[in-house]
Amino acid sequence: MTENKSLLKLSKITKVFSKGTIDEVTALDKINLDVDAEDYIAIIGSNGAGKTTLLNIIAGVFPPENGGRIIVNDKEVSNLSEYRRASYIGRVYQDPHIGTAAKMSIEENMAMALLRGRPRGLRVASNKQRRELFRAALAPLGLGLEDRLNALVGTLSGGQRQALALVMTTLSKPALLLLDEHIATLDPRTAQIVLDLTEMLVQREKMTTIMVTHNMEVALRHGNRLIMMHKGRIVVDMNQEQKADLTINDLVVAFERASGEEFVDDKVLLHNGNVVGISDL
Amino acid sequence: MLDVAGHVLSFSLYEGLVFGFVAIGVYLTFRVLGFPDLTVDGSFALGGAVAAVFIASGVNPFLATLAAFGAGLCAGLVTSLLNTKLRIPALLAGILVMVALYSINLRVMGGAYVSLLREVTIFDLTSQFLGLETRIAYSLLVAGVLAVIVFFILNWFLRTEIGLALRATGDNEQMVRGFGVNTDMTTILGVSISNGLVAFGGAVVAQRQGFADVGMGIGIIVMGLASVIIGEALFRPKGVARLLLAALGGAFIYRLVISVALRLGMAPGDLKLITAVLVIIALAVPYLQKRVQREWLPPAARW
Repeated sequence: MTENKSLLKLSKITKVFSKGTIDEVTALDKINLDVDAEDYIAIIGSNGAGKTTLLNIIAGVFPPENGGRIIVNDKEVSNLSEYRRASYIGRVYQDPHIGTAAKMSIEENMAMALLRGRPRGLRVASNKQRRELFRAALAPLGLGLEDRLNALVGTLSGGQRQALALVMTTLSKPALLLLDEHIATLDPRTAQIVLDLTEMLVQREKMTTIMVTHNMEVALRHGNRLIMMHKGRIVVDMNQEQKADLTINDLVVAFERASGEEFVDDKVLLHNGNVVGISDL
Repeated sequence: MLDVAGHVLSFSLYEGLVFGFVAIGVYLTFRVLGFPDLTVDGSFALGGAVAAVFIASGVNPFLATLAAFGAGLCAGLVTSLLNTKLRIPALLAGILVMVALYSINLRVMGGAYVSLLREVTIFDLTSQFLGLETRIAYSLLVAGVLAVIVFFILNWFLRTEIGLALRATGDNEQMVRGFGVNTDMTTILGVSISNGLVAFGGAVVAQRQGFADVGMGIGIIVMGLASVIIGEALFRPKGVARLLLAALGGAFIYRLVISVALRLGMAPGDLKLITAVLVIIALAVPYLQKRVQREWLPPAARW
């Protein structure tokens, strides 16, 4: 494995919600994480493990507790607000509606996305050259969106919107791509299309990627590193070689050993059931 | 008879153009930004007051109208700062500034009323320049030229990079932040421009009617909303240019209906009640239609 330079460094990241009340929850508990450039990390874990909170902290939706530091590309970003971090970080959400603007056209959505982290001025946002760029970016989806640049995004299906959101997020090539269960709400076929597209974009653009997923099979098949979280901590961290011959059952065992508990997430169990079927073949 | 019809039509057209500024302002906040801004009643009167006071003290009426626009910008700035920096809900922020502006307008005018009857207004300047005789002809011309200018500027602005960020803020704020837009800034910008336009409309109205008074803004927000809703219902616009034209068209139709009703003997004092009822009906019909069709309905929005 070639040594890449560090792209993201988290140190002592803690996040407590509803501090000082009986509902106090420690969502993240002194997390340390080093992400190298071009890493493609899959994060799994049961509900409430802190996966989405981790992405929110990285993206700057809320700050970590005192003492936690976030460094992207050797620059400390711990105190930068979300919109300022956007020049380094792109994010695709679980809900396709969050990643796109319904009342604007595909072209306008993409023109908006293209200017990530760049100053916005009083030039007309789209022109012939940019339209060509948008068409070229949409064509690989095979959804025909490149011929419908003027269509309002609200008229697209959930899967089309999620594919568009992914293309929009990667259009400006952010240093770090965050995928927050971005295929979880899609039907199996569309989920596969979006997943293939993700793989293609990540490989082609060599984007450093953190993907949160509930699906163990996806986590095993994609990425060069696998992280499992539990109760705000990282309990398993495997590199490419360690995860190469892993099965879902190994993962469940690894989880139980690391967390010292029975594995109880019904969502993950469901996927587990599916995969047991496949290994029977 | 034809004469009367022609008069009603041209007068409504003129009023539609003038109040079209208000309609476009309301369209910017309510529809583009999703920011229900009630500052409008105050900033309309503010525009009239500022223009009237400047003109009465001998300032060029065009400059005075521009100053009114600037004053409206400031009013919108305060409302949007209350919302974005102090997290006061948009509706409440607008009401607070609207109420505060009542006192401010009294201070600006040094009383409740400023007459412009003996002053030179933008209408007088134009009629002198063009040698036009009939009031309605040059009123139409002035209002028309101003409306065309505002239309072209906004139609361009809303398609620029900043304009797109502004529209996207109203559409999906979370996403826009994720793409590096400071949504506080776009909100402040939009609400300010909106109130600038409304004050601009107030300045033009004050010059045409020959006075500014502290009560001239009452109910303007409902009128602007009525125009926007009528425009959307009749023209079903798509795209920025058509939405702006729909706001202007809606203002025209609204003024036309009102003019006809006044001709038919409606008491002017009933105008606001009827406008309010119009807006209530326009807002209620889509809901009632869905109820009849037994569609799922979200709970009523409280803010």
